[in-house]
Order: sequence, then C-alpha cells, then structure tokens
Amino acid sequence: MSRLRELLMPAAASTVARDVDSLFYFLLGLSAFFFLLIAALTAWFVIRYRQGSRVRRGAAPTHNTALELLWSLIPLALVIVIFFWGFHGYISAAVPPADALEIKVVAKKWLWQFEYPNGLRTVNEIRVPVGKPVKLVMISEDVIHSFYVPSFRIKQDVLPSRYTQLWFEVTEPGAHRILCTEYCGRGHSDMLGVIHAVSDEEYRSWLESGGGLGEGMPLVEFGRLLYTRYGCEVCHSLDGSRLEGPSFKGIFGKPVRLSDGRTVTADEDYLRRSILQPQTEVVAGYQPVMPTFQGLLGEREINALIEFIKEQK
Amino acid sequence: MTGANYLTETRGLRSWLFTLDHKRIGVMYLWSTLLAFFLGGVLAMLIRLELITPQKTLMDADTYNKVFTLHGAVMIFLFIIPSIPAALGNFVLPLLLGAKDVAFPRLNLASYYLYVAGAIMALASLVTGGIDTGWTFYTPYSTSTGGAVNLVTLAVFVLGFSSIFTGINFIATTHKLRAPGMNWFRMPLFVWGMYATAIIQILATPVLGITVLLLFLERVFGVGIFDPKLGGDPVLFQHFFWFYSHPAVYIMILPGMAIISEVIPVFSQRPIFGYRAIAFSSVAIAGVSFLVWGHHMFVSGQSVLASAIFSFLTFLVAIPSAVKVFNWVATMYKGSIRLQAPMIYAITFLLLFAIGGLTGLFLGSLATDVHLHDTYFVVAHFHYVMMGGTFIAFLAGLHYWWPKMFGRMYSETAARVAAALVFIGFNATFLSQFVLGSRGMPRRYYNYLPEFQALHVLSTVGSWVLALGLLIVAGYLLASLRRKPEAPPNPWGGMTLEWQTTSPPPTHNFLEQPVVDRGPYDFPPLETEEETVARSA
Repeated sequence: MSRLRELLMPAAASTVARDVDSLFYFLLGLSAFFFLLIAALTAWFVIRYRQGSRVRRGAAPTHNTALELLWSLIPLALVIVIFFWGFHGYISAAVPPADALEIKVVAKKWLWQFEYPNGLRTVNEIRVPVGKPVKLVMISEDVIHSFYVPSFRIKQDVLPSRYTQLWFEVTEPGAHRILCTEYCGRGHSDMLGVIHAVSDEEYRSWLESGGGLGEGMPLVEFGRLLYTRYGCEVCHSLDGSRLEGPSFKGIFGKPVRLSDGRTVTADEDYLRRSILQPQTEVVAGYQPVMPTFQGLLGEREINALIEFIKEQK
Repeated sequence: MTGANYLTETRGLRSWLFTLDHKRIGVMYLWSTLLAFFLGGVLAMLIRLELITPQKTLMDADTYNKVFTLHGAVMIFLFIIPSIPAALGNFVLPLLLGAKDVAFPRLNLASYYLYVAGAIMALASLVTGGIDTGWTFYTPYSTSTGGAVNLVTLAVFVLGFSSIFTGINFIATTHKLRAPGMNWFRMPLFVWGMYATAIIQILATPVLGITVLLLFLERVFGVGIFDPKLGGDPVLFQHFFWFYSHPAVYIMILPGMAIISEVIPVFSQRPIFGYRAIAFSSVAIAGVSFLVWGHHMFVSGQSVLASAIFSFLTFLVAIPSAVKVFNWVATMYKGSIRLQAPMIYAITFLLLFAIGGLTGLFLGSLATDVHLHDTYFVVAHFHYVMMGGTFIAFLAGLHYWWPKMFGRMYSETAARVAAALVFIGFNATFLSQFVLGSRGMPRRYYNYLPEFQALHVLSTVGSWVLALGLLIVAGYLLASLRRKPEAPPNPWGGMTLEWQTTSPPPTHNFLEQPVVDRGPYDFPPLETEEETVARSA
C-alpha cells in the first residue's frame, strides 16, 4: 500500500497532507468503481446484445423513473459528501495558527526571496523547525507566481497587487521542494527552491549564525554555489550562449558597450554595480529586467561572485 | 448516384466561396478546422518531443513557451470550438430538422469568413514575434511580455463573433424551421445539444470579446484595468476570462455528447433511454456552466467563501453528466449492437469521457485541487475531456455522417486498426500525465526534475502511436473520396431525417418536404411477437 502511495504522490510531510491524501485515495477508489461499472456494463451489453446473437430482446424500456432517480440521487449524495470533505481540508489549510513563525516571501522572475523576523535574508532556500507552524506572507515584484510544495500538498498564488498567505507545519525532517506553478515566462521551470525542515535546536543555531552559508569555503567555490543558489544561472550562461542576460564567459576585463552608448570595462567595480544597481548600466541589446541584490548580499558574497565570474575565461 | 447533389450541381471556386448552402459552408468549415487540428497536432508533437528529456532537447525555452501557447490557442479557438457546431452541425442540423437551410444563410457565410480572418490573424502571430502567454493570457504577464499579443487578442475577438453568429443561426433555425410535425420532443438529441451549445455561445462569448478588448486597451493605450502598476487588478482578468472560458468548455463538450446521443441508439437499434433526461440535462449543464468559473481560481487568492460556493456548484455539473453516461449505457441494453466505426468511437468516448469526468471530482474538491492545480493532473484531465471526449465524439460524428456528406463509404478494417491505435496511444499519452501531476510535476515546464523522465518518455511514445492512428484515419477517409463504394442513402439504419434523402443530399436537402409523425429513435422492433413466442416455445 505504501509503495502504491509513493508511486502516486510524493511522501506526505505536513500536517494537512494526511487529510488531502485520504480524500485523494477515497476519490481514486470511487472513480475506479464507477469506471469499472461503466466499462463492465458496456462490455457486457456489447457482447451479449451484438447483432445476430440469439438472446431474448423483446421490448426494452425507453425510460424508468425509479432507476433514473436512483442514478441521479446517489451521485448527488456522493458529491455532497466529497464537497464537505474537501471544504474541511481547505479551511484547515487556509487558517494559520496564531503562534506561527512568520516569514516574508518576495517572488520575482525567477527566484524566491525570504526574510526572517530577525532580518536574516535568504534566496531560494529556507530552514524551518519540524513540528512548528510556519506562516508565509507573500508578494510578487512582477507577474503572478505560485508557491507550491508538493510534499506539503499546499499551493498559493503570489500576486503583485496584494499579500497572500500560506501556512504549514512540517512533520518530516529533510529537504522539501518549492516549485513555481503559475506560468511566469522563460525561467518558470527553473524557479525552484527548497525548504529544509530541521530540529528546533538546529534551526535556532542556524538562525543565530546568520545563515552560515559558505563559511570556510574558497571564494570561487562559494561564488559558484551562489550562482546556482541565487538563480543567476537562469539568465547568465557560462558557455557563451545568449539568455535573458549576457553570458559570464570571458566577460571579465573586457570592454562592454552599454545601452546608453558608453563603453566601460567589466572590472570588479562594474560587476559590483551590476549586481547592486543592475538597471543603471545595462549592456547594449539586453532589457533592464534584472532585480537588484542590494541588501541581499554581503560583501563576502559579492566578492565571491566576482571571483567566480573572473574564473569564467 | 441519381441526379445532381450539392457537390455537383454547381462547379468552380466561385460557387464555393460565395455559397449560401449550409452543407457547403459546413464542408469548408470541416476542411479548415481539420487543417487547424493538423497544425495544433504538429505543435503538440513538438511539445512532447521536447519533453522527452528533462533539459533542452530541440528548442530553447522561449520557443517552447510559444509552441505550447499556439498549440492551446489553435486547438481551442480554431479547432474544438468550431469543429462540431460549425462543421458537422452546420451540415446536419438543417437536415435533422427537415429544413432547406439554416435560418440566416448569409450570416452563416459571414461566420465562416470571420473564422478565416481570425485564423489568419492568429497564425500571422507566428511571423510577427510569436506569443508566449499561454492560451489563457493571464495578466500581468500578458500585459508586460513582448511579441504578437495584440494581434492574437484581436484574432480571438474576431473568432468570438464567428462563434456567436453560428449560435444565433442554430437557435433561430431550431425555433423556426422544424419540419411539419416535429415538435420539441421529436427533435433528435443532436439538435438539443446544439441548442444548449448555442445558448452558451451567445451569452458567454461577448464576455470574452470584452475581456480581450480590455487587455488590448491596456497594452496599447496603457488604460489600467488588470496591471497593478497602472492601478489594475490581475485577478479580475482571471474572473473575466473564466466567466467565458468555463462555459466555453461546455461549448466544446455538449456537441460531443450530442453526437454520442445519435450514434448509440442507431448502432444499438434501440430508442435512446431517457430522452427527456438527456435533453434537459444538456440545458441544465448549459445553465450551471455559467456559475462555476471560480473553480479555476481556488489558489488565486479569491475569498474562501467564494471558493466554497464555486466548488459546490461545480459538483452539481457532475449530476447531469453522470445521468447522460448512465442513459447511454442503458440504451445498449437489449439492443442489436453493430461495432462499426462510429460505434467504436462512441464506446471509446464513453470510456475516456468517464475518466475525464471522474478525475474532475479531484479538481472540483477544494483540498485535493490545491495540490493538483496547475500540475499535469489538470493537463491530463482536460485532454481526457476535450480530446478523449470532444475529439473522439467528433471522430464518431465524422465517421457517422461521412457517407452522407461525401456519398462514399470508407474502409471499415482500416477504421478498426486506427481506432485501436488511437485508444492505446491516447491512454499512454495522457494516463501517465495524471501520475506526473499527482506526483507534483507542474504544467508549462520546459525543464523538469529527472525523476519525472520515465513517465514523460511514456507519454511521448504514446503520442507517436496516437499520431499514427490519426494519420491512418486521414488516409482512409481521403482515399474513400476517390474510390467506390458509393454510400446508400441510409447505410446505418438511422431513423432521423438526414437518412431519408440521398447521399450526398441535393442542394435543397429534400426532394419533398418531410413530414414527421414519430420520434427520432422509433426503430422497428428487433423481434416480432411471433419470434418471441417461437423462441420461448
């Protein structure tokens, strides 16, 4: 049974997932029953009453009020049950407990940005304690995105016009995938993230260490990590191919023509300005679409990214 | 055959381009929509081919987004919506009613030319930058992206009027041009289905027209309606869009159900079980269809109360749909069943539509929809309803009326082989997508996680089998046009009026005005009193 379950759905990892799954499997059983009923009756009639078969036909009824009422009322009763069951699960997933840990989420093409109450900011990755309710308050900077965690069975659109919220309580430690499920353009399928569910102590020490990303890592390696973690790879290739933004390949130290006609050298300062104020000096031929990373990256992270770009010869 | 028919009475391109004959307009619509289906199908094959690997296979992400957008737009606006009503319906509705033509023949021709104009505009987007919004045009993505969005929104506007004109024509024809003696309950159920469809076409399509026009105004003149940067509300667009596009789903499926209601009685030689229940359930579905649009928006941020009401109303649609399925199955009871091509497709429809309908329960129910919304589960569900339902019903109707339309019989053997391939290919393609969806694979993804590859490969291979089956269908149908045998007036033993005239019919349909004195499914008894007595003796 549990093998079948894992075949059809990712392992359930939140408090609401169990309810959703029971309803899902109930509906699956119900659907299988009605499908087999229809298929079996059809097959039976087609074989038994095929043209030329020697069976008693006589006058078939053209209607039968009792039968017709029966096959209207039984489905009606069933769908009312399904409605209330689904409504119950939806309501419990819609109302967050009052003591939930609140994390702000900003979605933009094509990354997820998070901010904890203590000011810690992360991109595409969060850490939360197992067994504690967590509430996400979400807004988008551009188009509509949708925050989906399959193993939690939760999903909520993230709008540019007003806040939406989502809550969950993780039951299983481990890494749980975040996917974007509202089509948002070229990088839609790369707008991935991960929720690390850890023990309360681990969560606290991680929070106090300020995220602790890249401690003791060489700068170039740390830069490579940030390049994937912060979603730079969605728009900037390493092999010279043209994506939404210029490729990093061989860019360092070269002259760059800007959209306002000036030419600058792609040195450390230019790269730094491009990360922090990406709209001011746009490379000619590209759209000013890159979000700013001001406040998101510390000096060590910016250094790491620049060192990583230097390496792309 | 004897004498001139509608195909041979006048000749030359002009006689077709300026024809007011509903049959010729129907045939022109048929070839046009089939061409659109072919184009949409090629795009579908490209999508499946790209998805055979988790990363880039043959096109980049921008191209992929344009391909799936065009696949959806072409299939919905250029194929499914016009296919059954404007192509098959145009041809047979007046014949079924015993009428000479539709009520407004000129409006009918205008509808066709609007369709052609809309189609050219939509396809012109291919060479003017493409469109990557998805067929749903969600704001503010659609107001901020480049490409040919303006052109395609205008195309949808024009195509909407083409659809409205067909609807007006069918309602007027049904009310005013029935043969003497044909009261409302002697009308074939295909007419009831078309009538219910026409109501939705007339009442819902204008809302789509207004919506795409507002989108156009926002894009071109910066009028702030949907884009929050201009003070608009992006979710408002979804309400407007689905207010049309959910009823539009019934513009697509009701005609399919209408065909099945003709084919099953004829190939069972039995009166349809529960005539009135099927007739009224079509109208009931049309009515309720206007009140369920919010079920596309359970995770959009609409209020919990609204979601609850929409979920409940959505479940109400399940009842008339279930009633129809039970009625069709019951019609076969004690019949004399012939498994010829139209019936094979009708039974295929029953099975696939049942899966499509039942999986709708997962999506109408709030808690499960949250998990499944915008995943491949939804993709599979609507392909089971739209392709397994409407398109298979279209094939049933095409095989059923083909001898009437063109006066030729096709190869029954080839038809069986093709139907088997279509059934196997379809299920391989889309059954796997239900599992992809419930396991959390979102739709409209160019790259995907490697764990999903096996099911994607299965789906892609299935699409090849499906395509092969459909190519065989095209092959034997086209071959039949050049080959004998010629079709008799009534090859299937049908009791409705189109079978009382020649195949193909004369220009004015009937040589004498038919008079109706019985129901559409009053087949002769399958065995006489004496036979029954003799057997039991």
